[in-house]
Amino acid sequence: MNLLIRKAHIVDPKNKIDQTLDLRIKNGHVAEIGKDLEASGEKVLEAKGFHLLPGLIDLHTHFREPGFEQKETIESGGRAALRGGFIGCVSMPNTDPACDHQSVIDNIIRKAREVPFHLFPAGALSKGREGKELSEMADLKRAGIWAVTDDGSWVPDSLLMRRAMEYASMLDLLVVSHCEDSRLSAKGVMNEGLMSTRLGLKGIPNESEEVAVARDIQLARLTGARLHLAHVSTEGSVQLIREAKERGLKVTAEVTPHHLALTDQDVEGYDTHRKMSPPLRTEKDREALVQGLKEGTIDCVATDHAPHTAEEKMLEFDEAPFGVIGLETALSVCLTELVHKKKMTLNEVVERMSLRPAQILKLQEGFGEILKGAEANVTLVDLDEEWVVSPDDFVSKSRNSCFIGRKLKGRVAATICMGKLWSYRKELKG
Amino acid sequence: MTKKWTRKDLLGLRDLTREEIELLLETAKSFKEISLRPVKKVPALRGKTVANLFFEPSTRTRISFELAEKRLSADTINLVGSSSSVVKGESLIDTVRNIESLKVDIVVMRHSSSGAPHRLAPLLKASVINAGDGINEHPTQALLDMFTVREKKGKLAGLKISFIGDILHSRVARSNIWGLTKMGAKVTVCGPKTLLPPQIEKLGVSATTDLFEAVKDADVVNLLRIQLERQSESFFPSIREYANSYQIDREILKQAKPDVLIMHPGPVNRGVEITSDVVDGPYSVILDQVTHGLAVRMAVLYLLSGGGARGEEE
Repeated sequence: MNLLIRKAHIVDPKNKIDQTLDLRIKNGHVAEIGKDLEASGEKVLEAKGFHLLPGLIDLHTHFREPGFEQKETIESGGRAALRGGFIGCVSMPNTDPACDHQSVIDNIIRKAREVPFHLFPAGALSKGREGKELSEMADLKRAGIWAVTDDGSWVPDSLLMRRAMEYASMLDLLVVSHCEDSRLSAKGVMNEGLMSTRLGLKGIPNESEEVAVARDIQLARLTGARLHLAHVSTEGSVQLIREAKERGLKVTAEVTPHHLALTDQDVEGYDTHRKMSPPLRTEKDREALVQGLKEGTIDCVATDHAPHTAEEKMLEFDEAPFGVIGLETALSVCLTELVHKKKMTLNEVVERMSLRPAQILKLQEGFGEILKGAEANVTLVDLDEEWVVSPDDFVSKSRNSCFIGRKLKGRVAATICMGKLWSYRKELKG
Repeated sequence: MTKKWTRKDLLGLRDLTREEIELLLETAKSFKEISLRPVKKVPALRGKTVANLFFEPSTRTRISFELAEKRLSADTINLVGSSSSVVKGESLIDTVRNIESLKVDIVVMRHSSSGAPHRLAPLLKASVINAGDGINEHPTQALLDMFTVREKKGKLAGLKISFIGDILHSRVARSNIWGLTKMGAKVTVCGPKTLLPPQIEKLGVSATTDLFEAVKDADVVNLLRIQLERQSESFFPSIREYANSYQIDREILKQAKPDVLIMHPGPVNRGVEITSDVVDGPYSVILDQVTHGLAVRMAVLYLLSGGGARGEEE
């Protein structure tokens, strides 16, 4: 693919670019970045007024294949990711069968290549995600995994977690932990607090997460493993991570757009699209998460894109599954809540949605930046487009968004991934 | 009556205004009188159909609603399902919509999941009466409790009304808290700390783990049934210890006002939360509650079927 993108405002935190420039792509690779480049026969995109970012990377998605193709497939999930400006995602291993065998990983990677899309699969930490025996991590790594996790569940057995971290660190695999002591969650369905008392729903205390965060941080110290804490949701977790970083531990963390934008007040009305794990917390927690992301205690934004069918989300609040989709709204929510509300700069948000995720995964150079010679993976954004999230507009197979009906400001206009242009605006069709 | 009833549904007392609660209680008064007549049937709901959908086992509430419907001359259908959301693979909404297609006017619903009627009501043309949802609300029970207190004491405002037991899992307590605080009563909730909901004081009630404090100068003591399975979930060590700490007997009642009322939504665990002599004793209004339940449910059915809007009944 050959393409000239003209007069886009390029924001690349790694290479400290923050100005209007042209970008030439030759054979799907970044050929030139500069002022007033002359077209040499290639297609030209007039991108004046748009911002051009390094392609976004999401460390936490559920593409549901194999096993739950009624919710999402790698193709539909990949297209939803591209619609949201993501050029790569970590896919979680809670599939059926679980990603605990190299053949499952092979299959996932092959399907992603057909989109084409960068998928960085996470393998199961334990066989069958049962938390009992280690998965064959070395074999999985050869098949192409980038991390191990039993996401969806915590590993309650501290000894198994210790061994997993030691073994994974030998292979330089990231260990991702879904921090939740399920005994403490005690079948809760929302945050424990005044709102759960008011709504008569069973609560999940902050400590259900924090107890798990504290243990895993200590095990990271013991083992030297690279620990990544998934979807952090409480003020206490932010504090624990802050301290861990001060101690020099290799601990990183992510936060979801919905935990940055919503609180347990939004559960009013028993809407199951506001039911997720961890639950929406209080305003105090939300503020701590925004602060944690700004100061870098929380490294990045990840969606925890968790598609479920309409039938499942139609169930009663207690019965409906946890989880919401997020790929197609993530950047818009962050722009609306963080950039337009002046909590963070665009440069900071871009860093936390592309560069930091790439660094945490230890991806090769070129990811999370716009690098001459590297494969072109970039996202073109209209910072000022206002739109209302409608269930009919999703590319994802599922519609379970907690932002339906919400007005957002800023939207992805085009994504370039693996040498292919995905345009979502007429004037950018070239 | 000055105020008209305008709501389609009765989902909980949380949403109601003081005036609406007044209207319900006043309307119940006239229905209590009907139950004392030799012929206890009125034609207020003739030609109307009420579906009683009990997705969770219930005897008392179900029978009370059924009888209330019959005394109002409504046609009734009953569905007693499992507590599971899906009956024979059908979702709750499909089940209820199917029943609504039979041109049902009112749906009375009991469900084990909090918020289930709240989610259904906006999707239905029929009125929905919440007959208990999970651990959230049981509005008709709270109304009959309030009705009983008003009958005996002539008022609610200013009274010290204490709830003893498993507050955390009690929809009865929650509905009473919403209703009574709106009516100006001073509500106290009491139980072991494990069974008090978080930040319950912020709903405008006092919370204590000390039975003495809860009963002291109380005008009403409302006992909640303690469920045996809570012991296996480690909410308290044993029924024996629970009874030692929180049982209402004649001795502790000396701390209460001399004309204290003892209430219980039933079924009573005699010898656990309350001694037999207190159940059967002079302060107990437990059976009056059952009687009043009928009047209150007739009033709710009547108002929701448009009765209040027409002014006088036939």
